[in-house]
Amino acid sequence: MTPADTRRAGQTLFDKIWSAHLVETLASDAALLYIDRHLVHEVTSPQAFDGLRVNGRRVRRPDATLAVPDHNVPTAHRDQEIRDPESRLQVATLVQNVAEFGVPFIPLNDVRQGIVHVIGPEQGASLPGMTIVCGDSHTSTHGALGALAFGIGTSEVEHVLATQTLVQAKARSMRVSVEGQLGVGVTAKDMALYIIGRIGTGGGTGYVIEYAGEAVRSLSMAGRMTLCNMSIESGARAGLVAPDDTTFDYIRGRPMAPKGADFDSAVAYWRTLVSDADAVFDHEVVLDAADIAPMITWGTSPEAVIPVTGHVPDPADIADPAIRANQIRMLDYMGLTPGPILDIPVDVVFIGSCTNARIEDIRAAADIARGRRVADGVRALVVPGSGLVKLQAEAEGLDKVLTEAGFEWREPGCSMCLGMNEDKLTPGQRCVSTSNRNFEGRQGPGGRTHLASPAMAAAAAVAGRIVDCREFGG
Amino acid sequence: MKPFTTLTGVAAPLPIANVDTDKIIPARFLKTLTRTGLGKALFDGLRYDETGAERPDFVLNRAPFRRAEILIALDNFGCGSSREHAPWALADFGIRCVIAPSFADIFYNNCFKNGLLPVVLPREVCEQLMQDTELGSNARVTVDLERQVVVRANGEEIAFQVDAGRRNALLNGLDEIAETLTQDAAITRFETGRAVREPWRPAISLES
Repeated sequence: MTPADTRRAGQTLFDKIWSAHLVETLASDAALLYIDRHLVHEVTSPQAFDGLRVNGRRVRRPDATLAVPDHNVPTAHRDQEIRDPESRLQVATLVQNVAEFGVPFIPLNDVRQGIVHVIGPEQGASLPGMTIVCGDSHTSTHGALGALAFGIGTSEVEHVLATQTLVQAKARSMRVSVEGQLGVGVTAKDMALYIIGRIGTGGGTGYVIEYAGEAVRSLSMAGRMTLCNMSIESGARAGLVAPDDTTFDYIRGRPMAPKGADFDSAVAYWRTLVSDADAVFDHEVVLDAADIAPMITWGTSPEAVIPVTGHVPDPADIADPAIRANQIRMLDYMGLTPGPILDIPVDVVFIGSCTNARIEDIRAAADIARGRRVADGVRALVVPGSGLVKLQAEAEGLDKVLTEAGFEWREPGCSMCLGMNEDKLTPGQRCVSTSNRNFEGRQGPGGRTHLASPAMAAAAAVAGRIVDCREFGG
Repeated sequence: MKPFTTLTGVAAPLPIANVDTDKIIPARFLKTLTRTGLGKALFDGLRYDETGAERPDFVLNRAPFRRAEILIALDNFGCGSSREHAPWALADFGIRCVIAPSFADIFYNNCFKNGLLPVVLPREVCEQLMQDTELGSNARVTVDLERQVVVRANGEEIAFQVDAGRRNALLNGLDEIAETLTQDAAITRFETGRAVREPWRPAISLES
């Protein structure tokens, strides 16, 4: 492409956000990119703050930084101190660091505390067109607002704290368009899993994905957050959805969002944040929403996913020896044999995580739970994504519906998504989970994870086995 | 940061695709406040059984691979979480280079911040290098970042690509933050310019 062509070509949404944050073009293929929002939690930040301390550096923009504990926190007994000494120390270290460096902080006992990717949008801290980073791969969640949001490692956390910038090579662009409308009982989670099943767990590597098409436009903000959250599970650097009236209605009135005339100025700018009609993407994927059923994973990679009515695949059908060996390994770990996935008994159900712990997700679970009982022998946890989600659910009486059905109603946090707090699976336990990763040991050593939507998880809890949520009106 | 120039060492084969960062180091080991000491927990689920005893069949529990400095894996190595504890654990164990057909983005980035070189080579080449490891303690591989070649035990050289900026930072052990701080004026210019153009941009504030 000649320079003249470059000038003529339309820009993608990603191009627009990228160029609006370019501080300097550096040597080779890198650029210095300005970061608007830096979200910080207790697990990936202690070494970064320590690095600042050792080098006598300050936090350049505390007013662009927001810290909250979420990964390590217990989801019960919040009136007591954290029992695990290492978790307690890590949370205490965050408290010390934010005080020393003057970083805005939401403490554990604040009603606004919650999973960092739930509270960013909830507080209006995450806004369209922003660059948003966090030492957590599921930062892609904030792309739902039309932001360029991605996870970084601790060295980069330190870099952003010190400079409010990152040295970045620009990713390639991919558009995933989902045309038509999702069927009854089919959600954003199913869409996300379906996309990963189609493009693979490495299919997005090196790309920023823009989700488009009627089925995406029709999603609520919660649904868009679920979809963008899972972008990293296809390897994508980030996922985003162009902001529209659904986005602006969501943002209006949130505590940190622009107010009054400032809001109007912001919206005028945000409306320009769409891919031009003649924008060219490096890769395009077009899918039909009608092809998507309630999905569930069977293996230890999010790409190992099938419709709930489908079959656990038979490795004998796989020609490539490396892929076949991998499938055998997954089946062995999961304790499964080829055949229908329906009716496989479950031990635990987890409804929560940055993927599915917003009020809409709790409502979906409560709709299934209403008037039913969790099956004997099944432990079912519902963990709201933030203190405000919890309050809202309680105001709607959803906690009663859930607890009367035998679900546990917990305090906000990452909980059983990642096996680093008190909520974890024991070896061999089988769990239907609304979280984002089914890796070996992810929810606890030896735990077996089946990823699915909140409706699918709630239905599994009441049936005691993997079922199609549509049979429960989900 | 410790520079990486050239390395000759034992290469261990890990013929698994999609090795995720939970596999490299499970979340329960992330409660640390330091970058060091994580080598013990590297590949915990693969390396130890439920009682904490070593699984004798796992590659890093076998001679000569206990002292491997190079790891050879399959596609999409390092997928999953952003935890820099993954390269920290590899480095603490003694691994300074991972060779695979492809890497997940965040892991790939994180390696360069820690003196650890990820090398992308075609799958056939990775499989060939894995076969070479059957030569046991003779299976020493050289990774030369200056010349951008991997040298097999038989002397054959295989070229690899790496971004020039990242290569330079690794070769010289550069402190990227110090480099960026030399751009301070440009960062301030960006901030000031935007504050004038877009005064509606809010700051983080927890006052309610």
